Amino acid sequence: MSSEPSITADPPLQIGSHTLHSRLIVGTGKYDTLEQMQQSLDLSGTDCITVAVRRERLYDPTGRNLLDAIDLGRYTLLPNTAGCYNAKDAVRTAKLGREILLGLENRGANWVKLEVLADTKTLLPDPVETLAACEQLVAAGFEVLCYTTDDPVIAKRLKSVGATAVMPAGSPIGSGQGILNPNNIRICLEYLKGDDPTYPVIVDAGVGTASDVAMAMELGVDGVLLNTAIAHAKDPLRMAIAMRYATEAGRLAYLSGRIPRRLYASASSPEEGVVGSDAK
Amino acid sequence: MFVQLNAQRREISPGTHLAELIRQLELNPKFLAVELNGELCPRDEHASTVLNEGDELEIVTLVGGG
Repeated sequence: MSSEPSITADPPLQIGSHTLHSRLIVGTGKYDTLEQMQQSLDLSGTDCITVAVRRERLYDPTGRNLLDAIDLGRYTLLPNTAGCYNAKDAVRTAKLGREILLGLENRGANWVKLEVLADTKTLLPDPVETLAACEQLVAAGFEVLCYTTDDPVIAKRLKSVGATAVMPAGSPIGSGQGILNPNNIRICLEYLKGDDPTYPVIVDAGVGTASDVAMAMELGVDGVLLNTAIAHAKDPLRMAIAMRYATEAGRLAYLSGRIPRRLYASASSPEEGVVGSDAK
Repeated sequence: MFVQLNAQRREISPGTHLAELIRQLELNPKFLAVELNGELCPRDEHASTVLNEGDELEIVTLVGGG
């Protein structure tokens, strides 16, 4: 005799005007080939992918455009401002990205992943320029997803100037170090979601492998954004699948509520009725 | 006459408009955005925007990124 399991459905992730059915956002950079990228995106289960804005390579007519390899009906594009080191360039880049997406008629035209870097070695964000750019982009009508450090104070400030989502880094971009300071992520979550539980918080950057994604999701973040961990894995396609399952497993575990950690054991089998005279 | 295109000097015929330049470059106009002298030039103005000597153009597209 069996009965249908009753598990309350997890509503899809809402970020501003966008509804995402996968909580994994995947970058399109660093793959060996466009085919490998296409297959990795497909296997990751994502419905949202990040892209960068760059000058046309005017003298390389044989080079294929990334856009030839992307199913624009399937994926919501999230243009970034990667490579910008001040608010002015980030705002300019965001507007160029929006113009391209409007031409593509992709639903991602109204949002941007804001990334304003401070330093080429660490690629850590510049909090002052990020905050200024966020304000300007909000005023220009963008839904702004802000890449930032895991500092809860800056996270709060970004939300207060109108960021649609705050995206703290687990560790430096592409470093694969995972979530270095889970306590800061916990405080970010408390500060940003305390009186606003649906406010989106995404861990962006630093993921090295599937357990990092699961850990982030178990902390209670709404999603994870990653790129290098798939693109530079020895087998990107297999890692894309791992990331998909890790996102789902971490989310399910978070919703399930983990048991508290205890110092001592707690037997899983009954302690009564044990055969033998030494039973205690 | 000359314009600066993505920080490189390029000779074009006087009277060339932006849409014509994009055609000459064999670029897919759907995949790009253009800045003219620091200001975004919307797609629907490409055909009516005549380029002048010394104009600074940035033509960008999307590439892989995280």
